Amino acid sequence: MVASGISREQVLDWLSEVPDPEIPVLTIADLGIVRGVTIDSEVIVELTPTYSGCPATEVIEQSVIDTLHAHGVEHVAIRRVLSPPWTTDWISDEGRDKLKKYGIAPPEQGASKRALLRGNRDIACPRCDSTDTAVVSEFGSTACKASYKCNDCLEPFEYFKCI
Amino acid sequence: MNREQALLAYVSRLGDNALILGQRMVELVAAYPELEEELANANFALDFIGQARMFYTYAGELEGKGRGEDDFAFLRDENEFRNILLIEQPNGHFGDSITKLVLFESFYLLLLEALKRCADQRVAEIAARAEKEIRYHLRHNTQWFLRLGDGTDESHERVQGSLDNLWQYTGEMFAADEIDQIFAASFNGPDLDAIHDQWMMNVTAIICEATLAQPGDGWMASGGKQGHHSEHLGYMIAEMQYLQRTHAGATW
Repeated sequence: MVASGISREQVLDWLSEVPDPEIPVLTIADLGIVRGVTIDSEVIVELTPTYSGCPATEVIEQSVIDTLHAHGVEHVAIRRVLSPPWTTDWISDEGRDKLKKYGIAPPEQGASKRALLRGNRDIACPRCDSTDTAVVSEFGSTACKASYKCNDCLEPFEYFKCI
Repeated sequence: MNREQALLAYVSRLGDNALILGQRMVELVAAYPELEEELANANFALDFIGQARMFYTYAGELEGKGRGEDDFAFLRDENEFRNILLIEQPNGHFGDSITKLVLFESFYLLLLEALKRCADQRVAEIAARAEKEIRYHLRHNTQWFLRLGDGTDESHERVQGSLDNLWQYTGEMFAADEIDQIFAASFNGPDLDAIHDQWMMNVTAIICEATLAQPGDGWMASGGKQGHHSEHLGYMIAEMQYLQRTHAGATW
């Protein structure tokens, strides 16, 4: 009974320290990829991948194990949960603020509805808040981002894709 | 073939399609003429390889012989891969690559939408994840297809050539074999006839908008789903598997 005496809230609190390896300003709690914590004879953490091929998935899993080990939890198991699939709607409000301050425009809310509409999107510049922006490339430095520029302040910026 | 065998074969085949297409696209990494397409291609390839990993991991669990994703990818021979012929075709020029992706992904998206509703929970979950990714791919690739078709005389002519050449490989996507039939009957799997009708409608609209001529009915190549491949697959697998075959179990 190695895990006795540890509360679920305590584990969630520790997990909120684990950064996303590709956007380190966000934690995995901000991203909304921690699906559940079960405490039994071991601590089982349920995580969901953002994209099928996201190379960060394994790094995040290892970071979770390392973080809990560092807090004295010896037996940790990771379960990958695929359903329902992750959506950017699960990024917390705090996470959205952090993204914006970091210079990445946060994804729009309502991903499931947006996906149906191929029309224009108003993406606000994270620096000057102007919505007079233009897409430079639907793809960016990682699978989850697109490249934009602001027509007002002329700065280029990244947009966290809405899925 | 019983229900369990069909499920294993079906899942493994989904993995083969994703891996082989992903690997083809990997060949183009660092070879694109401009940065946006370079990133798009690499991101898309990563999605396919990620999907292949999930399908193969599940196939290994279904098989119950201790094989994992790497065993499926790196330690099987050409005739054990059951991907369709379309996606193993060489990349060719940019128009060829885009046309291949539009033809396949128009099918794959409909397939994933159907698989989301199938009775096997794990397949349904992977399909739900993958569907979102393929929808994004298809939107991008269709935009290119329209621009190439409705672009310059040169681009129009070349992409028409791509379409005429690749069309013969599209029939295999909808030709249901025993595995498809058992999966449809036992797991509420996709109805390939219905998908064919929908695909034809969607693809016809795209071809028309691209001002291209739709190829007529004709002979269709087949065999990939049974492990009879075109000459191109062997070379590709040889390159992909070289390291694991030469240094078995190598890690870094």
